[in-house]
Amino acid sequence: MSSSENMNRIGSCSLCFLLLALGATPAWAQLQIFACEPEWAALAEELGGDAVEAESAVTGVQDVHYIQARPSLIARVRRTDLVICTGAELEVGWLPLLLRQANNSAIQPGAPGFLAATDFVDLLEQPQTVDRALGDIHPFGNPHIQTDPRNIARVAAALLERLQMMDAAQADYYAARYADFSARWDEAVQRWTSRAEPLRGRAIVTHHRSWVYMIDWLGLDEVATLESKPGVPPSTSHLASMLEQLQNEDVHAIIRSAYQNSRGSHWLSDRTEIPAVVIPHTVGSVDGTDDLFSVFDVMLDVLLEPEE
Amino acid sequence: MRLTFLLATLIVCLIRLELSVAQGSIGSTAFNPALSLVLDGKFTSYSGVPPVLSGVLQGGESNAAPEGFSLSDTEVVASANIDDKFYGFVDVGFELDENETEVELEEAWIQTLTLPGGFSVKAGKFFSDIGYHNIRHPHSWDFANAPLAYNAFLGTNYSDTGVQARWIAPLDVFLEIGAEIMSGDSFPAGGHADSGTGAHTLFARLGGDAGVSNSWRVGVSFLAAESVGRESTLEVVPVAFDGDTDVTMFDFVWKWARNGNPRDRNFALVGEYLRRDEKGALTLLSQPPLTVAYDDAQSGFYLYGTYQFRPQWRVGARFDRLSLGKRLSGLPGVVAGSDDPERWSLMLDWSNSEFSRLRFQIDSYDLTGRSSTGLVLQYVMSLGSHGAHTF
Repeated sequence: MSSSENMNRIGSCSLCFLLLALGATPAWAQLQIFACEPEWAALAEELGGDAVEAESAVTGVQDVHYIQARPSLIARVRRTDLVICTGAELEVGWLPLLLRQANNSAIQPGAPGFLAATDFVDLLEQPQTVDRALGDIHPFGNPHIQTDPRNIARVAAALLERLQMMDAAQADYYAARYADFSARWDEAVQRWTSRAEPLRGRAIVTHHRSWVYMIDWLGLDEVATLESKPGVPPSTSHLASMLEQLQNEDVHAIIRSAYQNSRGSHWLSDRTEIPAVVIPHTVGSVDGTDDLFSVFDVMLDVLLEPEE
Repeated sequence: MRLTFLLATLIVCLIRLELSVAQGSIGSTAFNPALSLVLDGKFTSYSGVPPVLSGVLQGGESNAAPEGFSLSDTEVVASANIDDKFYGFVDVGFELDENETEVELEEAWIQTLTLPGGFSVKAGKFFSDIGYHNIRHPHSWDFANAPLAYNAFLGTNYSDTGVQARWIAPLDVFLEIGAEIMSGDSFPAGGHADSGTGAHTLFARLGGDAGVSNSWRVGVSFLAAESVGRESTLEVVPVAFDGDTDVTMFDFVWKWARNGNPRDRNFALVGEYLRRDEKGALTLLSQPPLTVAYDDAQSGFYLYGTYQFRPQWRVGARFDRLSLGKRLSGLPGVVAGSDDPERWSLMLDWSNSEFSRLRFQIDSYDLTGRSSTGLVLQYVMSLGSHGAHTF
C-alpha cells in the first residue's frame, strides 16, 4: 500500500467524524415549510400564522414548468419540515431531483412531510392517450388547480390536518386560524362568484391551457389557445389561422400569465382589437396580489373590464 | 448478439408496460419505473486528419468522434423509488462499432432516501460526482464533445463501481460534502488495485442565489487512484502504467435568467480546472518489454458560455487548453510538440421541445502543433419520461 493511499484512508475517516459531528440538526422553533408555488406558501401562512415559516420555490413571475434544481433550492429542502407542492407532475422537471438530492428523510413522497395539493382535488383534462406529439401534456390531468378558489378551500382542509399532525402542540392554534380563514374564504368565494355572473358563457383566448379550472368555475368558453400544443411557443402560422378563426367571433379577452411572452397576445390583439390582458395566476404575479384574496379580486377586476 | 436481443426484448416489454399503465389507471401512484430512451447521432467532418492528442497517457473513450455519420451511445434509462427507503437507477448504453452492437452498463446504482442527518449513500456503478462535467451523460452536454481536459485526464468521464456518501449541511447556503470509494477498474485508475478499492474521491461544493436572477456554485474535488497495469496506447506501442494518480479539480458555474425565468433568455458560464499528477512506472509492451520510471504533472482547463437568445435557440462558445508537462518525451512513437494543445468551439442549437435538440458545432483544434477544423451536426432526442432540470 502506498503512502498517498494511507493518507487517503486517514483523510476519509476524519471526514466521517467531522460529518457526524456536524450532522446533528438544530431545533427550529417554527415549522419550516417549503412550498413549490406561491399560492401554497400563502395558504400555509394563512393557516400557520406565527407557528410556521413558509417560503415558495417559484416566484409569481416565474414559469413553474422551467425551474432548475438550483443549489439554493436543495439547501432549502434540506432544512424543511414540510413540502407543499401542486403535484400531478407539474414540477416533474425539478421536484423529484430536489427531493432526492436534499438528503431529507422527512419530506419524501409518502412521508407526512410531503403534501401534493392535487391529491385533494378532482383533476380536469385527464388525457385518454399520452403522446408527446400532442405537446408537453401532463399525463395525470391538468395540474393548474389554483385558479379556482374552491380548490384552494379543498387544499386548506387537507393542510390543516397535516399541520396538526406534524405539530400537535399547536393543533388548536391551527384549528382556530383555519376556522377564521375558511369563513372569510367561503364568503369571498360567494362574492366573487356572483360578481362574475356577467362573464358566464363569454368566449376567451388563452396563452397556455393553465386556466381550465378558472374557466370551469366561471363558466367561460375557451375558444382558442396561443400555444398550438402545450409547451410549444405560439408559431406565426398558428397565430395566422387563429386570426382567421377569431374574425367572426365575439371574444371577450386574450389572457396570459405574468411569465408568458406577450408577443403572441399582442400580435393577435392588434389585429382583432380583442384586449390582451395579464390575469394573476398566483400570489405576487401582478401588482396588488399580496395574498390569496387579492389574487381573485384582481383576477375579476381584470376579467370584468379587460383593458390593456 | 444474443444478449443484445434479450435486452432489446426486455426493454420493449418494459415500455409496453409503461404505456399500458400510462393509458390505463391514470391518477393512482405510478409504480412503474420512469423509462426513457436517448437517441444521439452525429455527422462529423474534419479538415485534414481527425485530431489526436499526444504526449499524455489516455484511456477510456477519449477519442474524437469518427468522421462521417456515427451514433453516440443509444441509452435506455430506468429509474424509480424502489420502496420508501431506496431509489434505483439503471442506464444501459448501446454502442454501434463497425456494425457490431456493444452493450455497456453505463450506470446501475441504488441510493438511500431516508438516512438521518442530511446523509445519503449511493452504491453500485455510477458516474463519479467529482467536478461539474463528470456526472453528465453525453446527451446533456452543452457541446457535441467533452472538454479536452476530460478526454486527456479522465478518459472523458470517470465512472466506476463503488460506494458514495454525501452530506448536505443544514445551512441557508448550499454546502455539500461527499466521498467515494471505488473499485479502481476504470481509467484513470486501473487493474482493480488494493483488493478492489483502488480509487478514492472527495468533493465539496458551495452554492446559492445572488438575487432572483443569478445563481452560482463552486466546487473542489480530489481523485486518488492506484493503478496496476493500466493500459494506454501510444501512437505505436501499448504501454502499461503502475503507480499513483492524483487528480485535483476546481469548478464553477454561474447562471443568469431575468427574474429566474430561463424560458425566453438565459446565460450560463461554466469553467473547470484539472491537474493530474502521476508517479510510478511505465512498461512499454514492446518486444522485449521496457520499464522506465514515470513522474509528471499535467493540467488543463476549459471555459464556456451558452446564451439562449430566444425560446428554443442557444449559442455557445468554449475554449480548452492543456499544459502537458514533459509530454512523455523520450518514449518511442511520441510526437512531443512544444505548444500547449488548444481548441475553440462554437455551437448553435435549436430545441423544438424539452425532448429534442438539433446542434451545429465548429471546433478549431490546435493539438501539439497540428491544426484542424471539425464540423459537427448532431441530434439529441429523448423519449419516455420527463428528464430532470439539473443545475
